[in-house]
Amino acid sequence: METFLQVLIDGILSGMVYALVAAGLCLIWGVMDVINFAHGEYLMVAMYVSYWLGFLVNVDPLVSTIAAGVFIFGLGALTYKLIIRFTIGKPGLVALLATFGLAVFLKNLCMNQFSPNFRILSDTWLGGKTFHIGGIILAVPQLMAAVLALVVVVLLYLLINNTRFGWAVQATAMDRDAAELVGINTERIYILVFGIGGACVGIAGGIMPSYLAVHPEVGSMFGLIAFVCVAMGGFGSIPGAFLSGILVGVVEALAGFYIAPVFKYVAVFGLYLAVVFLRPKGIFGW
Amino acid sequence: MVGKSVDLKTFSAKDGLWVAFVVILAILPLIPAFSSNSFRLHVMILILLYASMAQAWNIIGGYCGQVSFGHSVFFGIGAYGAGMAVVTYGATPWPGIIVGMIMAAIVAVIISYPCFKLSGHYFAIATFAIVEIFNRGFLVWDWVGGALGLDYPIIKEGLVNLMWHQSKTGYYYSALVIFVIIFGTVRWLEGHRFGYYMRAVREGQETAESLGVNSAAVKLTAMALSAAMAALCGAFFAQYNLRVDPPMVMSLDTSMKFVLITILGGAGTMLGPLLGASVLIPLQEYTRAFWGGLGGGVDLIIFGVLIILMVVKQPDGMIGLIRDVGKWASNKRAEERN
Repeated sequence: METFLQVLIDGILSGMVYALVAAGLCLIWGVMDVINFAHGEYLMVAMYVSYWLGFLVNVDPLVSTIAAGVFIFGLGALTYKLIIRFTIGKPGLVALLATFGLAVFLKNLCMNQFSPNFRILSDTWLGGKTFHIGGIILAVPQLMAAVLALVVVVLLYLLINNTRFGWAVQATAMDRDAAELVGINTERIYILVFGIGGACVGIAGGIMPSYLAVHPEVGSMFGLIAFVCVAMGGFGSIPGAFLSGILVGVVEALAGFYIAPVFKYVAVFGLYLAVVFLRPKGIFGW
Repeated sequence: MVGKSVDLKTFSAKDGLWVAFVVILAILPLIPAFSSNSFRLHVMILILLYASMAQAWNIIGGYCGQVSFGHSVFFGIGAYGAGMAVVTYGATPWPGIIVGMIMAAIVAVIISYPCFKLSGHYFAIATFAIVEIFNRGFLVWDWVGGALGLDYPIIKEGLVNLMWHQSKTGYYYSALVIFVIIFGTVRWLEGHRFGYYMRAVREGQETAESLGVNSAAVKLTAMALSAAMAALCGAFFAQYNLRVDPPMVMSLDTSMKFVLITILGGAGTMLGPLLGASVLIPLQEYTRAFWGGLGGGVDLIIFGVLIILMVVKQPDGMIGLIRDVGKWASNKRAEERN
């Protein structure tokens, strides 16, 4: 029973981080109907930002996660300005393939600049610290990442649902022309949404180098898992993405522990298929 | 006699162009300059292979409008079919190729039946998920070689073993045959009733159904056909590459190649896949040859930028570019007449 609880809690902790990565993607998808294929690569870039800040100027990931968030906000806004802007209103596949090109570009740029070596920050404030409750061991870096992820997702939810900016975003998502008519600058909303979606994944990536090694391929699987979480949660639903992020984390941990490590992703993707075959628009979709 | 006269009637100028094209392709490797430069021949083999793969995808993705990212599964089944026949059973690849094509069609029907109920991005992500599941499954499945994959032994060259060691000319002609089979099938489909059904389903499923088209059956048949063709290409890839393992044949990257080449060339057109492959493959191979040695993916950095530029600037693909140029030229002529 103790082992089961341990695995379950580890799953929930990693699920929270998935939820944050997915929430960023979810916002972009919900507002613009664009699948950002480079989302996993944003995470990878954010991890490098945080890693280099830690390695070169000794900034702790807890602090540099903010820098990573800001950096990816800029990268997202730039992506919108240079690429996504031209794909709005064209078939959905265009944006997907263009961002696939961006993913190939970013991945290989990092490969070229930083080599494919695995890198991890060793001397962090929280590194290696653990925390015992009963027989359950909690690693502090993971716990901190999960708490941060939870806070950011809640803030994002509040931002979208309780502020004038959030209402403008929702109006733009529902009907762009009507939103323009009531005086919303939808172009600005799109830039900000892409930036904020990026910032979410940037914050998630920024805190990770204290417990997960950075390398150019690290983002690919996170990206795929984020797609699965968003689609499983339902089109543009942030609570849906959050819930399915945690579900995916738990299923991954349980399948990895009780079946075999190779089957953890089989279980995750199988879960997605099972959910959408029963509810073709996801859990909270309509 | 009647059949022949009908054939002649449907034989258009475009087909004449095609026959000329295939004849030129068949003559090219006879030129000694070509056979002596095996890298150039290698690039041409890859163009034919990827054009065929893209055309196979085009059946379901272009003509029928169902954007599948799962074609590397079928490609992989084909590759494993040929590989298992040669490596595991020590036979010729031919029975493996046939079994692989049939298996791919069956698997395509089984996995597509529930997936076709999904729409848009949900369908696309479901096909991603299926690729990942197959990839992991094959990685741990000992019967098909697991993570080690299948390594071909060196056996007697020739058509029986579909393997050549001295020169690549044999491979070139095999690729050409596959190319003609797949492009011929699509040409035939274009004029056939089933081809019209596919396009009707793409343009509007409800409208097609209201006119009595069984859209589910059309989509499943198109998917099975497309999967069998993709498996044929996979089998050739295995024979050419002499090695099969899951990351190589059953990965998202392979799936993306099917989609990218078709979209860049022009989806839903017969020439599109060939155009896409003739531009993308030399680009990929020559950037790799020129910059691959600099270490660390310079070729892929350039490749990524080019994908972005091409997709963003011309979402209809190169066919669209050619159409625009043609329109511009005819407008210009009309202006001059006036």
